[in-house]
Amino acid sequence: MSTVTLTAKGTHELYLEAYNVTPDAFAGKTADEIAGLECHEGNRKGKLGEYFDIDGNGGETAADTQIIVKGNCKKIKRIGQQMTAGEIIVESDCDMYTAGWMKGGKVTVKGNVDSFCGIGMAGGEFIVEGNAQNYLGSAYRGDWRGMTGGLIHVKGNAGNDVATFMRGGKIIIDGDAFLHVCTHGEGGTVVIKGNVESRVGGQMVKGDIYVYGQIKYMMPGFKYVDDVEAEAVEGEKLTFAHYIGDLGERHSKRKGEIIYGNIYLKK
Amino acid sequence: MPKVIKNVGCPYCGACCDDVEVTVSDDGKRVLEVKNVCAIGTQIFMHGGDHDGRIKLPRMRQPDGTMKDVSFKEAIDFTAKTLLKAKKPLMYGFGSTNCEGHAAAARVMERAGGCLDNCASICHGSSFLAIFDNGYPSCTLGEVKNRADVIVYWGSNPAHAHPRHMSRYAIFPRGFFTGKGHKSRTVIVIDPRFTDTGRVADYYLQVRQGHDYELFDAFRMVCHGHADDIPDVVANIPKETILEVAEVMKNARFCNFFYGMGLCHSDGRNHNIDIAISLTRDLNEFTKCTIMAMRGHYNITGPGAVWSWQFGFPYCLDLTKKTMVHMNPGETSSVDLAMRDEIDAFINIGTDAGAHFPIPAVQHLKKHPFITIDPSRNMASEISDLHVPVKICGVDDGGIVYRMDNVPIQYRKVVDAPAGVPSDEEFLDAVYERMVELEGEGFI
Amino acid sequence: MSDYIIKNGFVFDPLTGIKGDKKDIGIKDGKIVEASEVKGGKTIDASGKTVMAGGVDIHTHCVGPKVNVGRLMRPEDKLFRSRTKVGNTRVEMGFSVPSTFATGYAYARMGYSFLNEAAMPPLHAPHVHEEIRDTPIVDIAAMPVMGNNWFQLEYLKNRELENNAAYTAWLLNATKGFGIKCVNPGGTEAWGWGMNCTTIHDPVPYFDITPAEIVKGQMETNELLGLPHCLHVHPNNLGNPGNYTTTLDTLKLAEGIKPNNKFGRDVVLHNTHLQFHSYDGTTWADFESGSKKVMDYVNAHDNISFDVGFVTLDETTTMTADGPFEFHLNRLNNLKWANTDVELETAAGIVPYVYDKNIKVCDIQWAIGLELALLAKDHMRCHLTTDHPNAGPFTRYPRVIKWLMSKKARDDLLHSFKWSEKVIAATQLESMDRELSLYEIAQMTRAGPAKCMGISNMYGSLKEGTNANIAIYDINPEKMPKDPELIEKAFSETAYTFKDGVMVVENGVVIATTPKYTVWTDVKVKENAIVERDIHEKFAKYYSVGLENYKVFDEHMHNPRAIEVDATN
Repeated sequence: MSTVTLTAKGTHELYLEAYNVTPDAFAGKTADEIAGLECHEGNRKGKLGEYFDIDGNGGETAADTQIIVKGNCKKIKRIGQQMTAGEIIVESDCDMYTAGWMKGGKVTVKGNVDSFCGIGMAGGEFIVEGNAQNYLGSAYRGDWRGMTGGLIHVKGNAGNDVATFMRGGKIIIDGDAFLHVCTHGEGGTVVIKGNVESRVGGQMVKGDIYVYGQIKYMMPGFKYVDDVEAEAVEGEKLTFAHYIGDLGERHSKRKGEIIYGNIYLKK
Repeated sequence: MPKVIKNVGCPYCGACCDDVEVTVSDDGKRVLEVKNVCAIGTQIFMHGGDHDGRIKLPRMRQPDGTMKDVSFKEAIDFTAKTLLKAKKPLMYGFGSTNCEGHAAAARVMERAGGCLDNCASICHGSSFLAIFDNGYPSCTLGEVKNRADVIVYWGSNPAHAHPRHMSRYAIFPRGFFTGKGHKSRTVIVIDPRFTDTGRVADYYLQVRQGHDYELFDAFRMVCHGHADDIPDVVANIPKETILEVAEVMKNARFCNFFYGMGLCHSDGRNHNIDIAISLTRDLNEFTKCTIMAMRGHYNITGPGAVWSWQFGFPYCLDLTKKTMVHMNPGETSSVDLAMRDEIDAFINIGTDAGAHFPIPAVQHLKKHPFITIDPSRNMASEISDLHVPVKICGVDDGGIVYRMDNVPIQYRKVVDAPAGVPSDEEFLDAVYERMVELEGEGFI
Repeated sequence: MSDYIIKNGFVFDPLTGIKGDKKDIGIKDGKIVEASEVKGGKTIDASGKTVMAGGVDIHTHCVGPKVNVGRLMRPEDKLFRSRTKVGNTRVEMGFSVPSTFATGYAYARMGYSFLNEAAMPPLHAPHVHEEIRDTPIVDIAAMPVMGNNWFQLEYLKNRELENNAAYTAWLLNATKGFGIKCVNPGGTEAWGWGMNCTTIHDPVPYFDITPAEIVKGQMETNELLGLPHCLHVHPNNLGNPGNYTTTLDTLKLAEGIKPNNKFGRDVVLHNTHLQFHSYDGTTWADFESGSKKVMDYVNAHDNISFDVGFVTLDETTTMTADGPFEFHLNRLNNLKWANTDVELETAAGIVPYVYDKNIKVCDIQWAIGLELALLAKDHMRCHLTTDHPNAGPFTRYPRVIKWLMSKKARDDLLHSFKWSEKVIAATQLESMDRELSLYEIAQMTRAGPAKCMGISNMYGSLKEGTNANIAIYDINPEKMPKDPELIEKAFSETAYTFKDGVMVVENGVVIATTPKYTVWTDVKVKENAIVERDIHEKFAKYYSVGLENYKVFDEHMHNPRAIEVDATN
């Protein structure tokens, strides 16, 4: 595996859109060629070399390419967008759309991320060591195909609208989330180890939500059915109160049995 | 002889009353009298025309902080240069502009490579988010007038915000299948506050503030055969009341939900509307049901329409790439852009961002060039580097506007603006031409 | 404006009977002239290329309120799916419901010059004209929808044809509309109460008239007025298994009705998107093609025409004034649903739809469309459409042409389906060897639609004196490519498109725009006091807009090109 190290120079006045910082774009390119890749600061089209010091060449393929991003990336958007393989490690905070529409590979952010990260994710692994803002692992506006695969793990807290229109994959949040989890969910699993304010599973058709802490306001459309033992995260077998819903939403049948969404609340 | 102009559209609210009669002075410069208008609309008509109170020249901020009158030519040049110099300019507003103005603004901002947004961003933008996710089963206001026998106002107070809405369209009019007017309709008002609209309600539900979403869910449970599973109280409303009102909706011949800021701007925002749309769809299994946003300004529906056909998005447009357009409210919405300090030039047009935006947002915007295009002084104009006066659409300029139900209404000019004052469209077209000229000269 | 001579191209012009002859075409002052009349013009070398008149689309949803709701409600239709702008044009956004600019440019790149917007809600006419203004290059006409209009339901119920005709003329004038469109006649009014009419004999609630009476009455009205286009019908019961019987019932209503017009039109009824109306079977499980049963009838009756509405197997956006159908579709696919009921007039519904090639029903729909065109005996009466965007975006016309011209192309696709055996069993497509010729394609895409709409003196032909709307495709009829993909490529982007004599596209790139026109029908009728009174009464009592604000103001009509009809006798 080849490693390309980018160090943000901090030369952008506004936010930088670094949509080419992906193993896919870097693969097969030398450091010089990478420096020539396009990015945008507002309406000014620039080159990555103007904003980053670049060290190392890309691997032969995306899977062979590792990118380490150093320096302050708090105002850099779209790192890892649409990547299919390889690895990115961001050593600071970074901004919106990090790992957006990601299909494969791995992204690790050592700091916090802003909103719309992991949006429309289809595969791969996305680790945030700090907090995430709103719309984590959500769908793009209007798309009924939200997260369909892969894993998102946020070690801190997340904001509103986690996993809207989720259809597959898994999101684990070690801390709290606020309003709206898995709204319009049609599959997949969300695990929140902290507390949630309200609107968990609203308009949910299918899927599983595990909450280890409290849900301050439970949706009226969720009904307690039984207690179950389950392993939401590997190696953590726990007892949960099992609710089904949203009883105000449509549900399909499989072999004559109605399939509901599930909330598992730790006992 | 004063002249009476009939069939005039009113430039106040989204109800777009188009039966106004305006009497204008002999010289065509002053409005003397208006009929069929609410108190607020009357005031707007009185502002139009050529009179001492009108600002007739652009005002440019001087190094010492004072404002000085300048020519329109200078104002056009300053605006064009500001746009060309900026990396990410934002043009925001359009609460009181005709569609011709929206189209002209789009052309300017596409050329400049900036962001373009309208007041829906801080108003019914959450409705758009819900429409994106769940659609919009709606109808025109005449359908409500002719057919609807159950009217729900949820989180909206037309008695104050849309003064003639109830009398023209929703509750009192006698339509084709609703010949008994008010008597043929059941009115349901759902609001945390007991409003003046609540006074005409047959059912008033005092929902707990911020918990509308749960109440919608309970109504939907009735539609999906889970009435028994509804908790005893949801959002402060007892289960019996929920069941009773749900039956009224299900047994309507034609039910319509009108909703307003109470849903758009309480917790969950777009989701409150999203689930209202889901309920509307559910009720169509039992009867006919439609839903409509109580859009605020008379033509705030306009930019959403114009920019949708020009770019595919109704608001929060990011045109900075120049070769394609991006939209994602939360990122490309004006307040978010300003709060995050993403913008380096700002044009406030046909609204008052100075009064409506959060203080930190205005502080960020004020660090950069700040221009206001508006007929009147407002808080934004007073902190601007340039204030450009324009015609008042619907009074001294005509044009097409879109009513809250997306019906286009053709507005008429009733009086002459002061000589030399351009319409929004004329000013913006001149800015466009100047930008083309400057680019040709190698500016930037 | 430059003059041109287009030299040595293979010319296909069914309206003048030219079948691929090598012929020079002259352009002078924006009109087509004898090549020898052009002195000192520019020469375009069209050798080895195909020359046709500019394309004419008889049925497309390209401008107007429901198209715009389709754009608005689908941001995801733009996400990573829009064309990156090249050159000095406006940005082009959207895949299945493109922006107005994207629409105009894309049609021009395909060599089209005239579009017929298939459904204009009269109340929304000013909106339609605003979008027409912003759709570059192509000329546009729009048909007001009139299958559920309260005035007409009452006139036709009482068999007051003269009154119905007078109102129709008034409405065309008020909306600056082109012709009479009926969508789910009666059924859309029933949708005002959440109901529908699924056969031509279902009574319309309250109005006590049947779809059959509406269709027949509108056909008679159309011929009484002598409009350029015939009645344009979207019959009842669209999209349901077994609906071919409703279709045949509707088509039979034209029996005995004769065309009356001075525009060279031979038909009295145009059945739009026939593919959606040619379904056999009783449920989605035993769903199969009814194309032969429908085409046997159509081929034997020369006073009817149709466009196909080919399914292109894309993710698209369905939109129709058939309100109850869209609600029904939404209950099947559970995606978002928009609806707008329009007072006294019509309705509209919009639902995104994915025609997935791994779903048997979608593949059968695809096959039915192709079968209709391959079974047709007269392609002047069989027109190419995708009911844009309902069965697929118009940008797929080149792909449809490829399937029609190449058995290999359609067989390769047919055999790649997950359920190909079941699809083959439910259709006849596999057994059909016919490959359409360039002449037949020219009939389907320009000559036929122009004749059917009564505009062949202005569009769809290379006749001398007509507007110089010309498409030059990089395809050689003497050396047709073995690879069918090259057919699709050639029709996707012209070598040159001329619009009113201006070269607007060169090598697939839009290089210029030109003034474009709004085509409408200006019908003069005798004064009719009853109708005038009815109009005043309905506006005073039931409309939410004033009569004087309803009629499109002159300043909101852009470059009008009126077709005059005198129906005062």
